[in-house]
Amino acid sequence: MTDIVITGLGATTPLGGDLASTWAGMLAGRSGVRAITEEWAEDLPVKIAAFAAVDPAEVTDRVKARRLDRSTQLALIAAQEAWTDAGFDWDGEEGDQVDPYRLIVSLASGIGGLHSLLNNWDVQRDKGYRRVSPFTIPMLMANAPAANVGIQVHAKGGVHTPVSACASSNEAIALAMDQLRLGRADLAVVGGTEATIHPLPIAAFGQMQALSRRNDDPEGASRPWDRGRDGFVMGEGSAVMVIETLENARARGARIYGTLVGSGITADSHDIVQPDPTGEGQFGAMRKAIADAGLSASDIRHVNAHGTSTPQGDLTEAASIRQGLGDAVDGCVVTSTKSMTGHLLGGAGALETIAAVMALHDRVVPPTINLDDPEPDLGIDIAANVARPLPAGDLAAVNNSFGFGGANVAVVVTNANQTS
Amino acid sequence: MATTEEIRAQLAELVNEVAGVPVEDVQLDKSFVDDLDVDSLAMVEILVGCEEKFGVTIPDEESKNLKTVGDAVAYIESHS
Repeated sequence: MTDIVITGLGATTPLGGDLASTWAGMLAGRSGVRAITEEWAEDLPVKIAAFAAVDPAEVTDRVKARRLDRSTQLALIAAQEAWTDAGFDWDGEEGDQVDPYRLIVSLASGIGGLHSLLNNWDVQRDKGYRRVSPFTIPMLMANAPAANVGIQVHAKGGVHTPVSACASSNEAIALAMDQLRLGRADLAVVGGTEATIHPLPIAAFGQMQALSRRNDDPEGASRPWDRGRDGFVMGEGSAVMVIETLENARARGARIYGTLVGSGITADSHDIVQPDPTGEGQFGAMRKAIADAGLSASDIRHVNAHGTSTPQGDLTEAASIRQGLGDAVDGCVVTSTKSMTGHLLGGAGALETIAAVMALHDRVVPPTINLDDPEPDLGIDIAANVARPLPAGDLAAVNNSFGFGGANVAVVVTNANQTS
Repeated sequence: MATTEEIRAQLAELVNEVAGVPVEDVQLDKSFVDDLDVDSLAMVEILVGCEEKFGVTIPDEESKNLKTVGDAVAYIESHS
């Protein structure tokens, strides 16, 4: 089977407006969570979130920004970085860099253009239907980020938006990888985006008792596997990769970060929000992904966990990682970068896959911060509070993403084919 | 009562805000679609902006007749 390599990376996150600042923030163990100082949070039980470090509206052309939901603005920023990083011109003409029919986009959002939907409803309710923006629908639709990126890079091979809540962008990566393996395209722009820091989702996730209420300690609020954890912290941002067949990358002399070698998708078919407590779907996805990669569990030296900092979810996942890797779990360094970025929902899978790629590339696992009092008997080796070096040689890593609805998606990356 | 030039200037600001067209390009003889490259959705936003700015009502069926900047200015002059 043809190798699928990673040749461009981009991100805009709570830790920084590009990947370099995001990755440096992760390695330094910095938290991107802050208090919500806006008036709307006054009456809410949750007053913390991980806002994008660079407001996308400030770096998006004013006229374009009027027509783009915040989630799409973030996606375009990350996609521009990844596309440029891969050696392409963001403003290039159709056909001058890539055959447009051999280029696809697979870019997810868990929720879609939430700000556009709710803000226009506010306008309609307060001022009447005539004031509703005619751009509302193309701003709120879930495929708007993918479609806008596709228009910019002239992708005519297909533009996809898989939606599986917090597993969405890992699924987007898996879907694109399959398309390239099947020979249906040579190159793909893949990733995810989310922008849902708004009173309604904060209230709604809060009503589910899913969010941390550690309002007096924002930077300490996301604390996966710590006994003091009390829920996830909502984050926003986007992460995007350019991936392509090895043949295509070599033909154009592209720099290669690593290789996407496998993916595994399962569904719990158990409950609409609670993970199956047996973890069968979760470790099933990990095992499928490792088998798809043609690897064995002992090859996996690092897991970027879903690790959202919820009381039950973290325990279930620790058990699933043990089951998924068996005895090989002892040689594997686990982390949750959500301890620093908060939970980017539909953007999380892509951001954390990139973190896994960078961990293998730089041979260092970013820490899980705030792990002061770990749960006993987790049985996984967590890079607690400080970054952990990885050994020399061939390395493979798994990134886990799980979503409401019971979606489980694991992606496996290696440092094979890497060029400097 | 605003003069034709005052209405044109205010409309030009609106077209600039919505569609990014330089204000000096928004002249009476210019077609919104053919000369100023204003698309149909931006046109809706501009006309609604006119309703707000000039206190006129522009029914949807009337909007298709407002092809040039001059058409819009004349409509606003005769209805405000």
